[in-house]
Amino acid sequence: MKETYNINEKGYYGEFGGAYIPEMLYPNVEELRQNYLKIMAEPSFQKEFHALLKDYVGRPSPLYFAQRLSEKYNTKIYLKREDLNHTGAHKINNTVGQILMAQRLGKTRIIAETGAGQHGVATATVCALMGIECVVYMGEKDIARQAPNVARMKMLGAKVVPALSGSRTLKDATNEAMRDWINNPVNTHYIVGSVVGPHPFPDMVARFQAIVSEEIKSQLLEKEGTENPDYLIACVGGGSNAAGTYYHYLDNETVKIIAVEAAGLGIDSGESAATSVLGKEGIIHGSKTLLMQTKDGQITEPYSISAGLDYPGVGPMHANLYKTGRAEFIAITDDEAMTAGLELSQLEGIIPAIETSHALAIFEHKTFKPNDIIVLNLSGRGDKDLQNYIDYFKL
Amino acid sequence: MKNLIMNRINQKLKEDKKLLSIYFTAGYPDINDTTTVIQNLEKNGVDMIEIGLPFSDPLADGPTIQASSTKALHNGMTSELLFEQLKDIRKSVSIPLIIMGYFNPMFQFGVEAFCNRCQEVGIDGLIIPDLPVDVYNDQYKDIFEKYGLINVLLITPQTSDDRIRFIDSVSDGFIYMVSSASVTGSSSGFGNEQTDYFERIASMNLKNPQIIGFGISDNETFTQATKYAKGAIIGSAFIKHITNYSISSISNFTDKIKQSD
Ligand SMILES: Cc1ncc(COP(=O)(O)O)c(C=O)c1O
Repeated sequence: MKETYNINEKGYYGEFGGAYIPEMLYPNVEELRQNYLKIMAEPSFQKEFHALLKDYVGRPSPLYFAQRLSEKYNTKIYLKREDLNHTGAHKINNTVGQILMAQRLGKTRIIAETGAGQHGVATATVCALMGIECVVYMGEKDIARQAPNVARMKMLGAKVVPALSGSRTLKDATNEAMRDWINNPVNTHYIVGSVVGPHPFPDMVARFQAIVSEEIKSQLLEKEGTENPDYLIACVGGGSNAAGTYYHYLDNETVKIIAVEAAGLGIDSGESAATSVLGKEGIIHGSKTLLMQTKDGQITEPYSISAGLDYPGVGPMHANLYKTGRAEFIAITDDEAMTAGLELSQLEGIIPAIETSHALAIFEHKTFKPNDIIVLNLSGRGDKDLQNYIDYFKL
Repeated sequence: MKNLIMNRINQKLKEDKKLLSIYFTAGYPDINDTTTVIQNLEKNGVDMIEIGLPFSDPLADGPTIQASSTKALHNGMTSELLFEQLKDIRKSVSIPLIIMGYFNPMFQFGVEAFCNRCQEVGIDGLIIPDLPVDVYNDQYKDIFEKYGLINVLLITPQTSDDRIRFIDSVSDGFIYMVSSASVTGSSSGFGNEQTDYFERIASMNLKNPQIIGFGISDNETFTQATKYAKGAIIGSAFIKHITNYSISSISNFTDKIKQSD
């Protein structure tokens, strides 16, 4: 059998994945598992999904050759402009797919977790579009540091519920969403925001985000005469924009993969979110993967300046890419990311999300050859982060 | 499987009475309260105890058990310390003791090492809500049995009959019936939906007796539940009691639950 970095029929990537869920969640997750591939394969689903991606999200997103950035680093850098999507990030590719899935499963209520608020906004948006009730769980701390996105969710008609337990960030918002799903097992669909959680969520979200690499292939062919870049680069929180970027190249090892994690104040500082380096195998939110934890198996509280990257786990696909060495993992500090964000703004006139700025900081870390073709997922725009940038640079 | 017949849980299940089981969080309210709570519960006629091993992210628990877990972790509770605290427990306590906890701390301890320590201190069973039955059956059942431990599996009102039969076939003690679609600690009482479910399960003639948990908070809900099942488990209501009063007033709580016996 050909080796694959994609999911196997049991719901695992190598040894990672599975569905470690309480029995209370089993009926919901099992219903989804039995139906998601069937539903996604229906021509009517594909038609509606692609029509919405085109006319509502604004796809295909451009593959933009970043001339000045490329000159500065003496290599060829293409930016996959997910920041130009409706609502300003890649997150909406997944929420459009999942809302259509929820409708076909007969669900009438949507819940979601959010960190930076991008997934919450993308979920609130598709719920408004379809006229479905929407509840978004968000850590109390994130509500404070991502105020513009909280306002957007409210404007879109969603109810934003603060998660008050634990670190009051993304992992706790995810716990609250799962508890809500336990309490509402029949009418509710949980739109998980990244390639995390119990099988089939990591695979389903990866398939919805796979539109990114599908487009890269044809766009790069047009611009460079080849579908295959030398490098693919993406930032990794839970790993959804990265999964979308890598998806169609996973088993094509001529294309090198780089995953960028948030080092926070530094890997050894105790204030970090670099899961692959600092994490150990374990169970988080229903998935066997790498996660940051104490020796005793308590999940620890990660830190990053970016609210979208401070998740203590990572999707099982990425845990496997790390373990097998298929992807190179690099950790970028707050300072390096902020500097890279300012640089892109002033070299290319594009203000990136702080999450994305982590991926952009790679060019100070690693030297590429002049002929290397690099595709970097510009996963989101920086509007939501302006206050953070302004405070940081005292602009 | 043979060595599970003499397990204290199975001996207790043979007694001709409805069983009261109490859950509490180890290391709560104070780090050294674990054994005192266990002893007081036995003294006050409780039939079985679930010792909660606290976890940072208790997915299936409501605010009361979340808060007691956070406090216990803050107090310094760990798997190692719990085993240390329990090392002489069988000198003073003879009712069945079950550890209830999430899978990750056990996984980090090493599942076999964890089971081994359980057997050494006299633990009779485990309840691990996020260890699914198929993973248990494929990977861990042999280890549990080697150390004489009963794994207690959960069913809910949404669990299909086929799956209930499968869970029954994998179980060797009792089945933990979650009363309603809910995390722990809701206390709205039982309506028709619950009693229909209790009746449906009772009429399935499962090989394992059932004990009902989640939402049992007082004499009324205890009596309702044990009309259909072998026993009932109280968690959040007990935690609230020892939070509001103290661990020396446990008899006030247990007397009220059993008042009409
Ligand atoms: C712009 C942007 N990029 C990246 C991420 C990280 O998520 P993921 O790793 O799932 O792509 C987020 C999360 O909120 C985000 O908003």
